[in-house]
Amino acid sequence: MSAKMIEVRWHGRGGQGAKTAALLFAETVMVTGKYIQAFPEYGPERMGAPVQSFNRISEDPITIHSGITSPNYVVILDPSLMESVPVTDGIGQNGKIIVNTSFSPKEIASQLNINEAQVYVVNASQIAQETIGKNIPNTPMLGALVKVIGTLDINRVLEDTKTKLTAKFRHKPEVIDGNIASIKRAYDEVKNQ
Amino acid sequence: MIKTVYSKGKLVAKTGNEVMAEAMRQIEPDVVAAYPITPATEIVQIFSQFVADGVVKSKYVAVESEHSAMSATIAACAAGARAMTGTSSQGLCLMWEMLYIASGLRLPIVMAEVNRAISAPINIHGDQSDTMGARDSGWIQIYSENSQEAYDNMIQAVKIAEKAKLPTMVTTDGFIISHCMEVVELYPDQDVKTFVGEYKPERYLLDTKKPYTLGSIDLQDYYFEHRYQLAQAMRDAKNIILDIAKDFEQSFGRKYDLYEKYKLEDAEIVIVVIGSAAGTAKVVVDELRAKGVKAGILKIRVFRPFPVEQIAKDLAHVKAIAVMDRADSCSGAYAPLYSDVVSSLYSAGIVTPKVENYVYGLGGREINIEHIMQIYDNLGKIASGLQKPSSQVEYVNVRKK
Repeated sequence: MSAKMIEVRWHGRGGQGAKTAALLFAETVMVTGKYIQAFPEYGPERMGAPVQSFNRISEDPITIHSGITSPNYVVILDPSLMESVPVTDGIGQNGKIIVNTSFSPKEIASQLNINEAQVYVVNASQIAQETIGKNIPNTPMLGALVKVIGTLDINRVLEDTKTKLTAKFRHKPEVIDGNIASIKRAYDEVKNQ
Repeated sequence: MIKTVYSKGKLVAKTGNEVMAEAMRQIEPDVVAAYPITPATEIVQIFSQFVADGVVKSKYVAVESEHSAMSATIAACAAGARAMTGTSSQGLCLMWEMLYIASGLRLPIVMAEVNRAISAPINIHGDQSDTMGARDSGWIQIYSENSQEAYDNMIQAVKIAEKAKLPTMVTTDGFIISHCMEVVELYPDQDVKTFVGEYKPERYLLDTKKPYTLGSIDLQDYYFEHRYQLAQAMRDAKNIILDIAKDFEQSFGRKYDLYEKYKLEDAEIVIVVIGSAAGTAKVVVDELRAKGVKAGILKIRVFRPFPVEQIAKDLAHVKAIAVMDRADSCSGAYAPLYSDVVSSLYSAGIVTPKVENYVYGLGGREINIEHIMQIYDNLGKIASGLQKPSSQVEYVNVRKK
C-alpha cells in the first residue's frame, strides 16, 4: 500500500450519521483533487447500536478493496463508545484519535491507555447544538478531521459542503449556514493539549 | 491528482449501485421491471425515482417477486422493447427458471447483478455464488472490479446483448463495490446515448406486419439445433464483446478486453481472480515487483463466454498459478473458475504451469493483502520447486474446526 494513503475509521451509533460523515468527507476531499473511498461496515441496522465507517484518501488511484484495520485517524462521534468498543484497535504508536467530548486529551488518553500526543478533542455536540440547533456531531467532526490531517484545504471543503447543502436545503438557508459554521468552529477548536 | 480519461468526462464520488443506476438513466431503456433486494436495492430504487421524477421516459413495472421481474422483462423484450432489470442473490435464484427462458428465446435483456452469498445460513454480504450458479444459463456474464468498470460495463452490455442476441448480466461485488463510494468518471448523457444507439430488433412480437411465433414447443426434431445455436452464439459473442470494447475505447478512452492482464507478460507466478479482490491483489503485485518478484494477475472480466483460447496463450509461460474463486461448487472437485482455467490450459496442450485452487471470501469474509501475499508466497515456492502444488481446494481465512 502506498505510504501516502490516508485511512480513517469513524465510530458512531446507528442514527448519528457516521456513514453520512464518511460519504460527505470523501466527496469533499475528492473536490480537492484526491482519490477517495468511503464505505460503511454493514451489520444489523439498529438505532443506537455501535457502527463504523471508513475512508481512504490518496494522490494515486485506489485499487485496494479490503477492510481498514490500521487507520491513521479514528473519529469518535459518541464518547460512550470508548467504554464498549475497542476504538484504538490498529492505530499503533502514530495513529491519531479525535473524540467528540468535553474532557481533556489527557483524560481521554488515560481512559484509552494511549499516548496523549495521539489524542485530539473537540466538543462537537456542543458546537452542533449552538450552530445547527441539534446534537448532530458528524458535520463539525468533519472540520476537526480536516484540521488534524493537516494537508487538506479547509476553504475548499467549506465551499464544496456549502454547494452540496445548498442543492439539498434550498428552502432552509439556516441549515446551510449552521452546518458551515459548525465545520469552521470545530476546525478552529479541535486541540490536543 | 484525479483526472478524466475522456475530454468531456466528469469526475464524481459515487457508489457502485449509484453508477449502475446512472448508467440505466443514460441508457433510458423502454422498460424496467424489478423487485428490490439487498444489496442491489438502491439500483432499482434510484432508477424508479428517475421514472417518478420524469427524468426518464422508461416504463417502470413494480412486480411482486423476482420471478415476475424476469418474466415481465422477458415479455417486454419479446414485444420489442429495450428492457432491463436488477437483482442479487436470492432474487437471482427466484429468477432461475426465467433466466433460461430469456437466453433460450435469445432476448437481449441487460441485468445489473450485485454479487451476494446465497442462503442458508442467511447472509447478505458479497460473494459470487449467485452468478456462478447461473453460469450455464446462457447469459453473458461481465464482472466489474470497481464502480468505474460497473458503469462502463453497463453501457457496453446493452450493445453486446443486442448484437449477440443474448441476455447479459453485469455484476459488482456486494457491499464491497455496491456500497463503496469511489471516484468515477461519468460521460455526458448524449455521448452515452449515441454510443448505445437505438434498439432496432430484427423481429418482435408486436410487429403485426411480420408476425412470428416465440417460445413454442420444440421436441426431438429441432430443440437440439436451437440449443446448439445458443451455445454457438455464446462462442461468437467473444468477438462481439471485443469489437464493442474497441468502439468504447474510441468513444471514451477506456480500454477493455475479455480479461485484464496486470504485469502478466513476464510473470512467473500469477493469480487468476474475478472482481474487487483483483484490485487488492494489484497492491500486492506492486509490492512484490518492487522486490524483484515476477508476480502478475489475470483478472477475468468476461466469464461467460469464457475466453478459453486466449487464456491458454497468456498463461502458457507461467510457472505457478493460483485460481481464486469467490464461490464453491460443493462439487467434490474444484470451484468454477479453476475448472475453466485448467480445461483451457489442458485443451491447448499446455501442462507445464502448476495450478492451485483457492476458495475465499464466502459471505463477505475478509480478503486482504496478507492473505493474497501468502498465496503468492506459496506460488513462489511451487515455482522454484520447494513445494508441491496442493491437489485439493485450499480455503483462505477460514476456520476448519
